[in-house]
Amino acid sequence: MSDIVEKTLTALPGLFLQNQPGGGPAAAKASFSSRLGSLVRGITALTSKHEEEKLIQQELSSLKATVSAPTTTLKMMKECMVRLIYCEMLGYDASFGYIHAIKLAQQGNLLEKRVGYLAVSLFLHESHELLLLLVNTVVKDLQSTNLVEVCMALTVVSQIFPREMIPAVLPLIEDKLQHSKEIIRRKAVLALYKFHLIAPNQVQHIHIKFRKALCDRDVGVMAASLHIYLRMIKENSSGYKDLTGSFVTILKQVVGGKLPVDFNYHILLQVLQKYILLLYLTMILTISAIFIFLSLAILFECVHTVYSIYPKSELLEKAAKCIGKFVLSPKINLKYLGLKALTYVIQQDPTLALQHQMTIIECLDHPDPIIKRETLELLYRITNAQNVTVIVQKMLEYLHQSKEEYVIVNLVGKIADVLVLNTVDTYAPDNAWFIQTMNAVFSVGGDVMHPDIPNNFLRLLAEGFDDETEDQQLRLYAVQSYLTLLDMENVLYPQRFLQVMSWVLGEYSYLLDKETPAEVIAKLYRLLMNDSVSSETKTWLIAAVTKLTPQAHSSDTVERLIHEFTISLDTCMRQHAFELKHLHENVELMKSLLPVDRSCEDLAVDASLSFLDGFVAEGLSQGAAPYKPHHQRQEEKLSQEKVLNFEPYGLSFSSSGFTGRQSPAGISLGSDISGNSAETGLKETNSLKLEGIKKLWGKEGYLPKKESKTGDESGALPIPQESIMENVDQAITKKDQSQVLTQSKEEKEKQLLASSLFVGLGSESTVNLLGKADTVSHKFRRKSKVKEAKSGETTSTHNMTCSSFSSLSNVAYEDDYYLNTLHDRGDKELKTFSLNSELLDSESLTELPLVEKFSNCSLSTPSLFADNSMEIFHPPQSTAASVAKESSLASSFLEETTEYIHSNAMEICNNETISVSSYKIWKDDCLLMVWSVTNKSGLELKSANLEIFPAENFKVTEQPGCCLPVTEAESTRSFQYSVQIEKPFTEEILSGFISYHMMDTHSAQLEFSVNLSLLDFIRPLKISSEDFGKLWLSFANDVKQNVKMSESQAALPSALKTLQQKLRLHIIEIIGNEGLLACQLLPSIPCLLHCRVYADVLALWFRSSCSTLPDYLLYQCQKVMEGS
Amino acid sequence: MIQAILVFNNHGKPRLVRFYQRFPEEIQQQIVRETFHLVLKRDDNICNFLEGGSLIGGSDYKLIYRHYATLYFVFCVDSSESELGILDLIQVFVETLDKCFENVCELDLIFHMDKVHYILQEVVMGGMVLETNMNEIVAQIEAQNRLEKSEVSKQLCSSPGWVEKTWAEAGVCTCVGLCCCETSGNDTHLLSSLSPLKLMDLKVNQP
Repeated sequence: MSDIVEKTLTALPGLFLQNQPGGGPAAAKASFSSRLGSLVRGITALTSKHEEEKLIQQELSSLKATVSAPTTTLKMMKECMVRLIYCEMLGYDASFGYIHAIKLAQQGNLLEKRVGYLAVSLFLHESHELLLLLVNTVVKDLQSTNLVEVCMALTVVSQIFPREMIPAVLPLIEDKLQHSKEIIRRKAVLALYKFHLIAPNQVQHIHIKFRKALCDRDVGVMAASLHIYLRMIKENSSGYKDLTGSFVTILKQVVGGKLPVDFNYHILLQVLQKYILLLYLTMILTISAIFIFLSLAILFECVHTVYSIYPKSELLEKAAKCIGKFVLSPKINLKYLGLKALTYVIQQDPTLALQHQMTIIECLDHPDPIIKRETLELLYRITNAQNVTVIVQKMLEYLHQSKEEYVIVNLVGKIADVLVLNTVDTYAPDNAWFIQTMNAVFSVGGDVMHPDIPNNFLRLLAEGFDDETEDQQLRLYAVQSYLTLLDMENVLYPQRFLQVMSWVLGEYSYLLDKETPAEVIAKLYRLLMNDSVSSETKTWLIAAVTKLTPQAHSSDTVERLIHEFTISLDTCMRQHAFELKHLHENVELMKSLLPVDRSCEDLAVDASLSFLDGFVAEGLSQGAAPYKPHHQRQEEKLSQEKVLNFEPYGLSFSSSGFTGRQSPAGISLGSDISGNSAETGLKETNSLKLEGIKKLWGKEGYLPKKESKTGDESGALPIPQESIMENVDQAITKKDQSQVLTQSKEEKEKQLLASSLFVGLGSESTVNLLGKADTVSHKFRRKSKVKEAKSGETTSTHNMTCSSFSSLSNVAYEDDYYLNTLHDRGDKELKTFSLNSELLDSESLTELPLVEKFSNCSLSTPSLFADNSMEIFHPPQSTAASVAKESSLASSFLEETTEYIHSNAMEICNNETISVSSYKIWKDDCLLMVWSVTNKSGLELKSANLEIFPAENFKVTEQPGCCLPVTEAESTRSFQYSVQIEKPFTEEILSGFISYHMMDTHSAQLEFSVNLSLLDFIRPLKISSEDFGKLWLSFANDVKQNVKMSESQAALPSALKTLQQKLRLHIIEIIGNEGLLACQLLPSIPCLLHCRVYADVLALWFRSSCSTLPDYLLYQCQKVMEGS
Repeated sequence: MIQAILVFNNHGKPRLVRFYQRFPEEIQQQIVRETFHLVLKRDDNICNFLEGGSLIGGSDYKLIYRHYATLYFVFCVDSSESELGILDLIQVFVETLDKCFENVCELDLIFHMDKVHYILQEVVMGGMVLETNMNEIVAQIEAQNRLEKSEVSKQLCSSPGWVEKTWAEAGVCTCVGLCCCETSGNDTHLLSSLSPLKLMDLKVNQP
């Protein structure tokens, strides 16, 4: 009944208006009755977008007139708002009405208020300036006794609320947590969650109340608080371990049927995923109970959980059964989820896929592209050398069908990953297939693919595989196929593909017998003249031509090209053309500059630019100003800008200031200065080399270390599983045999497909359904990247060993040098060295016995640079870095401590085999985090890797010495990371995981997290009072605050002492009752503090160049002053 | 977290657009359009999940949708939401609409856009699922309706003689009269004759 009434109600206001006596111009109202209706009708009647636009514009202008007319009543306004919402939904701008929406929310009665709030939450966003006008209304409504008003206010707070105004409503909402109505409590919890999302610092103090909410008697409130906990636990998983018990209790209640199976419990499971240990028993209970219960969403989440936590066979079996339920379900949605679950599963245990192989095959031909994509994802995870052809073919088929960019990017990435990026082996069975597939990938994926793909492909070509003739064939085939592709008329290739082609042609055309370089150049020239080719590609093309020119004996094309491009409007092209022109004039130089097939050898770069010393000295002697780095110039500019000082510190400045202090440095001559500039230059070149060259040309590619894993796929399976699998397979085969007669042809095809897809997942003998053993062995095997094992070494040694593998003849030679450097650095490196030599031995790249190497140590080998393979001059490594290579924690700890302050080691996570503890070293230029992993078990720890999750506020860089392959039992391994702050914060969590690999068992992971506070990045800034004054004026951001001091620190010096000790501020001067302090936030954001004492109040005045830093520091100061 | 809730008809006309994450106006429209094209391509008998719309967040986000007669209900959610859970939620939402509007149809959503929003507010709040129990949601909505009713009856009392006047009018006004009967406690037997009106077509509505 009331529903019907409801329906009619909304039509009322217009009619009321019509009939209300004496309420404004009657004409305006008459048309008001069903304006929304007529508007909608008008729009539906229209056919073109253009007409609709016109109509809406009309409507909007009439609305504009109405809302701003003083005679418009609130009721009419309500009607107008609904129409505005409608227009806004259709995408038209109704910003003139925003202010009226707020007004309606402020002034209206309940109904109008509701429309007003709704309009506001739809129109505005969190940072909209008008929102400030709403704050007062919200506060008023929150205090209202009317429940509906409170509800509305809470709703609007959770949708949009300005971040800065949170303190205004926070206490009110906190009160609501104790409200007697559950719906209010629930909404309050969600509103607080929203605050936690946008401003976590502001709700830090009410965490205790969240705990209360978790234990609320109403399930809804409890479920709502789960959101908050999921979020907080994701940020800091160690902080809430004590709550695990409560979570598990809730889960038990859900399972036991005491609580309704509600939507939000999947969140609960996600929360629980973070806490592994307590979970085993519960999960077993849960999974079996949920069978009865069968809420599929939770069941799926359970399965997910089982695979996310530390694998336990009992659970895995049960979960596998559940997956069967999903996969075999006729309902397509469940099938989709089943496939997803399988994708998680096969990462743990590939044999599970075998049970469902026929379903997977069916899904592969499913009409739904999403299902298909999910299946491909699954197949991608089980790719190995034997099934790669089939899987890639399936992927390519799908690729050709799909149009969406996202799909293409994704799939291309996967194919390329299978073929190229794969670090140990490329799975490709032969040359022709490999090149053809890559061609297909490039021509489809072309411009949207990840830039790493072409780079890795080229590196693969350049570095080659073990077999030199094989490499040559591959390259030759690539060149030939590209030439054929280029011969085709009217085909447009993606730019990336053209770039790849031009590079390959430039490098490897010499392998061709038939076609001369001149012909290739002609082809490239034709491409160059093509308008559809982008200018970036043109530079690639010109580079290729340049490489080919010395090989071509005389070429008109080159001259024509030079002629045409030296007058090109594109300066970059012109530059290249000029280079080519000058090189062309000196063929000998050109040949030595661009040798054939040397793309992957390292170049010598004199990063210090010492050859310019003479030039610099000459310039200086003629009175040129010495070079100043950028930051220095800026500082000077700043200090010059401020001429008039009105601030109190201005009086005490000496005129010398900054420039005076710095000029002496500029007077010194020659290489001193170039050395100075070289230092910055050096860093740049280093990083350039690492990033730019590495991807494209370099030998020292950044490939994760993997070696000696030939038999990985088949060898990794534990034996019991194999036997299970055998059973399964036998069963399948039996079934096969019995059905073989009745099988339709289609079936057979599917079987065939299945056998080709799932080959190699188990051991050879068991897998093949049709008994055909696939004997394709992978010919391609990448050279092992031994250098990765030494990633902990300095870059120089790194480079050297890299190149040492490029040619065997060099090995001994460079080893000598390597040893030398080691020797120079001292015996403490000996351990790393011996490790290194072991590696070399194991790779049988050198026959030199260890003893000989030792003897070589003492020899000096100055002739190193005679070998033209490489060199980069490196600055000496910082002592800290080399110390870091010590494998024993204790010794490094001792040495570090002599220099820097450090925190005590603290255990952050452990399990039965290893324990991880961490400590911080507050170095002058960064925060050094050291994690030390102690192996508690008697087993040998084969490898351990530490990975840090990226965090938005800081940059974490690995310090050398991170990973050594073998950690003996009971020994300790430490990892060093330097942490740089990027954005100020009060407290952040740095989390990561350590993955380790024990002898005889599978690898495992252990997560940890560490709290970092802003104070970890604050260092004293030692400057003089004058500098303080200068800087003070140049900073724009300031914050003032009075803090009450406790009795113990009533005097200024003692208060400042506290600040100095606790916050690491530097006390510059104390003048009477005022004090000056300074500090800097790493890397170099200064912050100045001026303190003044009146009675027991300390007035703090911060200034900094960073806008947020003062606030954060103030907070810390307050904490310190109140705390002591 | 739920990022956006979109309802549009078979022709892509938006019927309800609610974003829980801020996007500029044009992007919002683009998202609606793109989502529509993604969803439209799909048959009714294939799965209800979609991944990788490039506009909202890329691979971390999924679209979960259901198709009812002329309307598509699409929820854009991030990876922390459960697919089946959201699918269920859409069902709850639609059933609630059905209960509140009695045989809900597209027109209800157009003409009572504000009401649909209020119902949605009781289901999802700030991107978080607030309530999944349909009875609870309906109870909340009814509480609000009672409030509305009391406001309206206040209005009625303040304008005497109005009822008779409207009774003379046709179409929509008949409908309004019904309400008056109800609220002022008069006989209600007329209700039954009026029930077909609840899905009345626009053309019928015209006087």
